[in-house]
Amino acid sequence: MSQMLSMTDVTVCYDNVEAVRNVSLSVDEGQIVTVIGPNGAGKTTLLMAAIGLLASRGSMVFRGSDIRKMSVEDRVERRLCLVPEKRELFSDMSVADNLLLGSYSLRDRSGVQKTLDEVYDRFPRLRERQRQAAGTLSGGERQMLALGRALMAKPALLMLDEPSLGLAPLIVREIFRTIASLRDLGVSILLVEQNARAALETADYGYVLETGEVVQSGPAKDLIHDPRLITAYLGGH
Amino acid sequence: MTSDIAAILGIDGIATGAVYALVAIGTVLIFTVTRVIFIPFGDIAAFTALTLAALDAKRFPGTGALVVVLACLATLIEVISLVRSGDIRLLPRALLFYLAIPLAVVGIAWLAMRIDPPLAVRLLLALMLITPIAPLLDRIVFRPIADGTVLLLLTVSVALHFALVGLGLLFFGPEGVRTEPLTSFSTEFAGVLISGQTMLIVIAALVFSGLLYLFFDFTLVGKSLRATAVNRTGSRLMGIRPARAGTIAYLLGSLMAGVSGILIAPVNTVFYDSGFLIGLKAFVGAIVGGMTSYPGAAIGAVGVGILESFASFQSSALKDVIVFSLLIPILIWRSLASLHSEEEIEE
Repeated sequence: MSQMLSMTDVTVCYDNVEAVRNVSLSVDEGQIVTVIGPNGAGKTTLLMAAIGLLASRGSMVFRGSDIRKMSVEDRVERRLCLVPEKRELFSDMSVADNLLLGSYSLRDRSGVQKTLDEVYDRFPRLRERQRQAAGTLSGGERQMLALGRALMAKPALLMLDEPSLGLAPLIVREIFRTIASLRDLGVSILLVEQNARAALETADYGYVLETGEVVQSGPAKDLIHDPRLITAYLGGH
Repeated sequence: MTSDIAAILGIDGIATGAVYALVAIGTVLIFTVTRVIFIPFGDIAAFTALTLAALDAKRFPGTGALVVVLACLATLIEVISLVRSGDIRLLPRALLFYLAIPLAVVGIAWLAMRIDPPLAVRLLLALMLITPIAPLLDRIVFRPIADGTVLLLLTVSVALHFALVGLGLLFFGPEGVRTEPLTSFSTEFAGVLISGQTMLIVIAALVFSGLLYLFFDFTLVGKSLRATAVNRTGSRLMGIRPARAGTIAYLLGSLMAGVSGILIAPVNTVFYDSGFLIGLKAFVGAIVGGMTSYPGAAIGAVGVGILESFASFQSSALKDVIVFSLLIPILIWRSLASLHSEEEIEE
């Protein structure tokens, strides 16, 4: 299995405070990797640095090329995509336009309609609401749109920041089912979540981030039975 | 005031307003995509009129020299920034867009002057010479401070306007110009004489706003500009480069300002510093529309035009005072009625 993303000793500073310190992690092709940890551990900061919205030190290699100094747009053109915590949808624009803009970075436009149909098949609700403005959607629909929009770019590695945040339990289950099914499309996933149990149930491998540092890592099926993690993050059972 | 006079003033106002509307739409376009309130838009319109007048008089316009100077400066800045960031592979592209294309435009205009071109070609040449100015100024002046606050960008924009007025005096001289009418056609409607020039102004404003609407609604590039305006971070995550979106916005905005300059030149005498009032009135129109709505800006600008027309009948000396006084109640109403935008919260 070839390596998709490899971060080595990555440090990210916010106004002279090290929010992420010497973090090393890797995602292999077709793998779902999750980063769990408490609020303020630096999970979002790590993803922001990976996409290039924040500057970082250390090494960051994506599909064989050094991306650390690349612009966000160059990383997206190499098919590294982020669905941020705030979703960052184009709220005044229609669902269809949001999805179309997801494909902006693709040079070859011939497969765009096919990908759009696939996204609509995956999220039939979006097809029903394709003419509606994104700002009028419900929380769950917005997350589906954010996911669908990212899939329009045909990502090699999709980074998801708290995809279940603020959603009803039923919709959270649906979102995690969708994430698991993306593996069949050949998309590798880096998933950042506070909902540690759902994340570890979906992922192959997990990292635990606390106060900006990786304190534990291992196969997700091992982490989910780890006594320390059970007490700290998995609700004690 | 009789109804005849009111009708004449109304038509006159709509025509003036249509010219302001084109500049106002350009102002909104640049502001929403780049957050820059581009005060020098009026100068671009005035420079187009002066360029056309020079071409009519078989003189090569000063705009050519201005474009060459700006292209060299922009290329120098771009090359330095590319070398610093180690992006040497982007050098050919930078040389093409910042140097070769602007110089080619000036070269084509210079060559075309040798063969005494007809009016339609002169119009095209004037527009071609004027459109690179704003994108080049963007590269030189605004790109390095693109992440600054709206207030900083506005302050620089005002300074840029004064610099351009100075350059206008240098390149075009102090004389005012009035170009020949684009058409001598006129018609009578309900007892009021309407000149072909007036009709042309209104039609051109409608056609260009219509084209812009189609561009925004039916092309991927148009949608990417809207996306940048709605959500900058979101659009970057789609691979849309804000700098490129800004350049396209400046190109389109300059085209709108250029067209308005061509339309206004046969009706008003245009001086090197006439742009300020055109730009400011268009800006008032854009503010009436809330700075983010194209139809709002167009309606606001036409309103300004009509108000100016009636005001100049009542008191020619005070017409500008009356128009700008309108801004005060509108600003008070807007600041009371609207919540603070996300932009202000971020800052």
